[in-house]
This record gives sequence, C-alpha cells and structure tokens, in this order.
Amino acid sequence: MTDISQSPGASSAAKPKGSLFDKDARTKRRNAAEGRFKLYGIAAIGIGLLMLIVLVTNIVTAGTGAFQQSFLELNVELKEDKLDKKGNRNIEDIKKVSTFGYAPLIASALESEVQKLGIQTDLKPKEMGKILSKAAQAELRNYVIANPDEIGKTVSFRFLVNSRVDGYMKGRVTRESIANDKSISVAQLDVVDQLRDSGVLYKAFNPDFIFGSDASDQRPEAAGIGVSMLGSLFMMFVVLALALPIGVAASIYLEEFAPQNRLTDIIEVNISNLAAVPSIVFGILGLAVFINYMHLPTSAPLVGGLVLTLMTLPTIIISTRASLKAVPPSIRDAALGVGASKMQSVFHHVLPLAAPGILTGTIIGLAQALGETAPLLLIGMVGFIASNPPDGIVAGFLSPNSAMPAQIYEWSKRADPAFYERAWGGIIILLIFLVTMNTIAVILRRRFERRW
Amino acid sequence: MMNDMTRVERTVDSKAIKIAANNVQVHYGDTHAIKDVNVEIEDKTVTAFIGPSGCGKSTFLRCLNRMNDTIDICRVTGDILLDGEDIYDKRVDPVQLRAKVGMVFQKPNPFPKSIYDNVAYGPRIHGLAKNKAELDEIVEKSLRRGAIWDEVKDRLDAPGTGLSGGQQQRLCIARAVATEPEVLLMDEPCSALDPIATAQVEELIDDLRKRYSVVIVTHSMQQAARVSQKTAFFHLGNLVEFGETGQIFTNPEDPRTESYITGRIG
Ligand SMILES: Nc1ncnc2c1ncn2[C@@H]1O[C@H](COP(=O)(O)OP(=O)(O)O)[C@@H](O)[C@H]1O
Ligand SMILES: [Mg+2]
Repeated sequence: MTDISQSPGASSAAKPKGSLFDKDARTKRRNAAEGRFKLYGIAAIGIGLLMLIVLVTNIVTAGTGAFQQSFLELNVELKEDKLDKKGNRNIEDIKKVSTFGYAPLIASALESEVQKLGIQTDLKPKEMGKILSKAAQAELRNYVIANPDEIGKTVSFRFLVNSRVDGYMKGRVTRESIANDKSISVAQLDVVDQLRDSGVLYKAFNPDFIFGSDASDQRPEAAGIGVSMLGSLFMMFVVLALALPIGVAASIYLEEFAPQNRLTDIIEVNISNLAAVPSIVFGILGLAVFINYMHLPTSAPLVGGLVLTLMTLPTIIISTRASLKAVPPSIRDAALGVGASKMQSVFHHVLPLAAPGILTGTIIGLAQALGETAPLLLIGMVGFIASNPPDGIVAGFLSPNSAMPAQIYEWSKRADPAFYERAWGGIIILLIFLVTMNTIAVILRRRFERRW
Repeated sequence: MMNDMTRVERTVDSKAIKIAANNVQVHYGDTHAIKDVNVEIEDKTVTAFIGPSGCGKSTFLRCLNRMNDTIDICRVTGDILLDGEDIYDKRVDPVQLRAKVGMVFQKPNPFPKSIYDNVAYGPRIHGLAKNKAELDEIVEKSLRRGAIWDEVKDRLDAPGTGLSGGQQQRLCIARAVATEPEVLLMDEPCSALDPIATAQVEELIDDLRKRYSVVIVTHSMQQAARVSQKTAFFHLGNLVEFGETGQIFTNPEDPRTESYITGRIG
C-alpha cells in the first residue's frame, strides 16, 4: 500500500486504473449529494408527520370534551294536578302544558335534593335553578309526552346542566374566569361542588351529541350533530345516485366510443378544468340554476346534493377514465376477436376490471363532497339551525337542513366557548367518516389491484 | 409483380378459395401501410405471412376480420371477399364477421376469468348453445381442438390467467375455435412462447388445417417452413411473392425474397 500511494496528489487521469477501494472525488461528491437529498426528504416527511401529530392531538384534546356532558340526576314528582288536570291522560291535553308548567316541578325537585343532601346555601331557588340547562324543562316535557303513564309518579331524571357548570366540571371554566360572567356565580359553583361530591352531578358519555339536533345559542349543552349528519347523508344519496351513473356513463363513452377529434379534445380539457374550479363557483351556479331558476327549496339537501354532484363529477370521470385506460387493450381485442360487439366487450370485460378503480374514485369523490362547506354557503345550508330531524324520507331531501361541515362552521361562529368545544367534537365525527371512507377506498384498491 | 406470381406453380390438388383480396390498400393517416395487395387464401390450408417487421403483415391480417375498424385513423380500400362476399360491404356487420373469422393474438390474452368461461364466452354471446349441457360439450370440444383439454379438464374453474404462456395461447386458440369460425387468423402466435410450447402450438396449427383455413403471421422463417403450405412474403407494404412454401424457400422468384430468406434483409 505504501509504495503504491507514493504520489497521492497524482490525478486519476494520470492513473486511470485506481483501486476500487478508493473513492475518487467525483464519486464522493455524488454520494454527498445523494446523502443531502435523502436528508431533505426525511426532513420534509418529518415536518409533515409533526404537523399531523400536532393536528390530531389538538383535535382530540379540544374535541373529546364534546362527547361527554355533565348531568344532574334529580327525583322529580310528576304532579298530576299540574300536568294533567282532567286526569284522563289525553295526549293533546298534556301537550297544552308548556315548558313553563314544568319549571316549578324541577325547581322543587332541585330544592328537595339540596335539602336532602344537607347543602348549605344562601341561593334563592330561582338562582339555584340556573345550574340546570335552559333545555331542562323541554327535556322533561318531551319525556312526559312520550311516557304519559308516568304522570303522578316520582321519577329519577337525568337533566343537562348549564354549559358553564359543564365547563366547570371539565375544567374549562374556573372560579377566576367567571368574575365578569353574569350567567353563573361563585355561590352556584359552591353548590355544584357539593352536588358533584355527593355523586348526583356527574360527567357521562352523551349520545345526544352524536344523534341529537342543534340547539339555540342559549343552550350549547343540548346541541348535537345528528340532524345535520342526516342532512349530509341525504346529500350523499343524491350525489351517489347522480354522479356515479352519469360519471361512469360519460367516461365509458369518452374512453371507449367517442371518436378522437377536436370536440372530444375540448370536452376532455374542460373536464380537467372543472376539477380545478373552486367549489364556491358550483355553489353560486346551484343558487342561480336550482334555486332561482328551478325554484327548488332553499337549504334542502336535494339542492346541496345536486351542487355537490356537479363538484364530484369531474373527480369520478377522471378516476373512471384512468381505470378504464388501465385495462390492457389486449382484453378488448380478445373480446372483439371472438365476435363480441364494442358494447359487449366494454360491459362484459372492461368495466368489471375497472370497477374497483371506479369505486375507489367514487368513494374519494364522495368523501370530498362530504367535507365540502363553501358551496353550501350559497344555497343556505350553512347558517340553518338544524333543530328538528326531518320527518320522513321525502322531507329528508326537501325540507331545510344543515350538513356536518356547515354545522361545525356554524358552531365555531357562535360566541359561547361551549359551542367551540362542540365544533371540535363535530370535526372528530367528520374525520371519522372521511378516514373510514378513504380506508375503504385504499382497501378496495389494494385488494382488487391486478398486475398484468 | 403480379405476373411473377401467376408463374408460381400451384399444387395439383388445388383447393377452394376461401378469401380473395383484390387491390387492397391500407393507410394509417398519411402512412401507406399496404400497397395494392392481391392474394387468394385457400380453404383447409395454412398460409404464412412473412417479412421484415413493419412491412404490414399484421395490418393486412387485421384487414381480414376488420379488426382495423377499431383504429380510428386506419383506412382500407379495395375489396376482400370471404366465400365471394365482400366483407367491407356496407351490409356486413363486423361483429358477425369476427365470429366467422376468429383471431389469435401475439401475446396470449385470456380473459381474467375461469378457463371454462374463457371458452364459453363466444358461444354464449352468439347463442350457440341451448343449455348448459350443450355449452359443456362445446367447451370440451374446443379445448380438445386447442390440444389443451387433458391439461385443464380437472380445473376448468381455475383462472385462465394462471396457466403457463403456452397453455394460455392454446386456451386462446380453443376460445377462437369455440365460435365455429371458418378462418383462423394468428398474429405471431408463438413469439411469446418458449421452444417447447412453440412446438406444441405448431403441431396444433397443423391439426387445425383439417377444419379451418389458417392464416399465420410469423417472423420465423423456420416456423413458416414447418407449418404452412402457402407463404406470402411482404416487404415495405408490398406483397412481393406468394406461392407454395417449398417453392418460396427453395427457389424464390424475387431477389428481395431471396435476400430476406438468406438473411440479408430483416
Ligand atoms: N395503429 C397504427 N397506427 C399508425 N400506424 C400503424 C399502426 N399500426 C401499424 N402501423 C404502421 O403500419 C406499418 C405496418 O405495421 P404492421 O402491420 O404492424 O407491421 P408488421 O406486423 O409486419 O411488423 C408500420 O409502418 C407501422 O408503423
Ligand atoms: Mg406485427
């Protein structure tokens, strides 16, 4: 080795046959460049992952609270002389008693509970009642209307508590932070503490957040995403029923039958362009065509579905055409070669092979549509308070409703921080839907992927 | 050139003419791929098309069952008669024609379905079988004619794409014969196969001659010599020479044919 490397400065040109064990300068530079590039790549992925982790932890910490709610369990005496004076359990008569009629029942139930537990307080009964949600009377009234036989008995009932109390239970509201808050006082929180310690005030999973309807500004604790979820569901029905057949038919025609000429070229370019059109443009188109011109009802999932169909079509067409293109021409030749018509070759052979790809594209298109908010803004689905579930299938399509992303946006706009928590909770539900759909798409693609 | 052709000796037991092509020209856009080809293809004979690649063998073969119709820019003029009827006549439905003139492609292309369904597909869409038993019979007969029955009879439900290359090609031949064609067109059917599979397919082709008129495109002159009775030599879109295979290989008339056969052009 020593006598070989006598002249280390000699260039490789002078000694073309260097040892394989020595890297020359060129190779070193090339390796260094490759190493740097790998580093950039890893850094980019690292940043991406970090963002994802931050996002997910943020969503989970901010949103899980919405799935839990604080309840106060009280024994309510459903006095017959208040709720059903005639005593004949006639549902129409029972319905005549408004929520105000239930207030004294709840107040006395709370008072007797406080007495029973020996809680010392200077609060007047009316002040103490504010611990409960403003929805409490309505909750009890709905229960009685549903179960008129319970009138006259004393039932144990789980009431929602006021959102501030709920926030206090979750640590969002503290004794310091309510200094300027008119809707709750320290004295009330003292009672809350004692009720909690005795176990009648507790946090529990709240299915009404997932299945319930939206509530007014005053009652964040009663708001749920269920009705707008139905709105989204009905929209997805419309999108699926229209975008899939239209998109697949258009793609088959363009890919398999249309002659190659200027017109089809123009159509092709325009479909790609449509995929890049901002979704709000589809919204204003929907407003102009479906609502102003065709006079379809405002805020209806049908209209939302039509608008989202327009938006989803390019996605479905592009992915369908890609999967049709991926079917090797030899399969078409084979079918034509045994005397199948063009249509038979497409429907018997090409389409079944392209189906997984088409399905994948459709699911991804639907997922996009599910998360879309902007076009719904213009047709009145954003801002609509989805406080009643639609009665029946037809009403589901035609009566005004909201949609999940619109509901989330609506909640995030409202002042009460309790709504903010619900917005994050809604995002979790929406993300669960989207991730599920995308996972199905990926599984389909993996499972049916064919190597030729 | 045509005069040269007429001088080629014909066999004594001259057979009926199955396909006659007169003044066929094919253009792909501006490319003139086939230039004024006249040829007569006999029944119950194997006719080989040979020539350097790009000379138009496949193009001409695809004219015979109108597979070129599927290529937008392809234009065919002249007439091609199948049993005296012009297949490019307006009244002819190419789909019906292709059931009569079956085709086997260069790369084995079974449908990604079961072996049974591969063969049964043609008879099904043409309504050749009244019931399952008849269909079973057609499938068995076709697979026997494709010389693959013994290898697959126990696994008719297995996917056709799972067979070896040679088996796939014989399956494709079985699929083509299942529609009861009169002519079988084969475009380099052995080019994707190993020598053993090639030998099996060649043997099969010789056997098919009993029933069908077979036209085979091949880039292998040895193969043409082994399986065909008639050979057509194409060069740059022209049909240079057509005649008895033995004649073409031992005593070609045209200097171009001789150069090709002796390996000087190719
Ligand atoms: N689909 C097509 N479009 C345009 N030109 C084609 C097409 N197919 C074949 N050709 C042209 O026609 C000529 C003959 O091709 P082909 O028939 O495939 O030759 P061979 O089978 O003898 O190798 C070639 O010049 C080729 O470039
Ligand atoms: Mg070819």
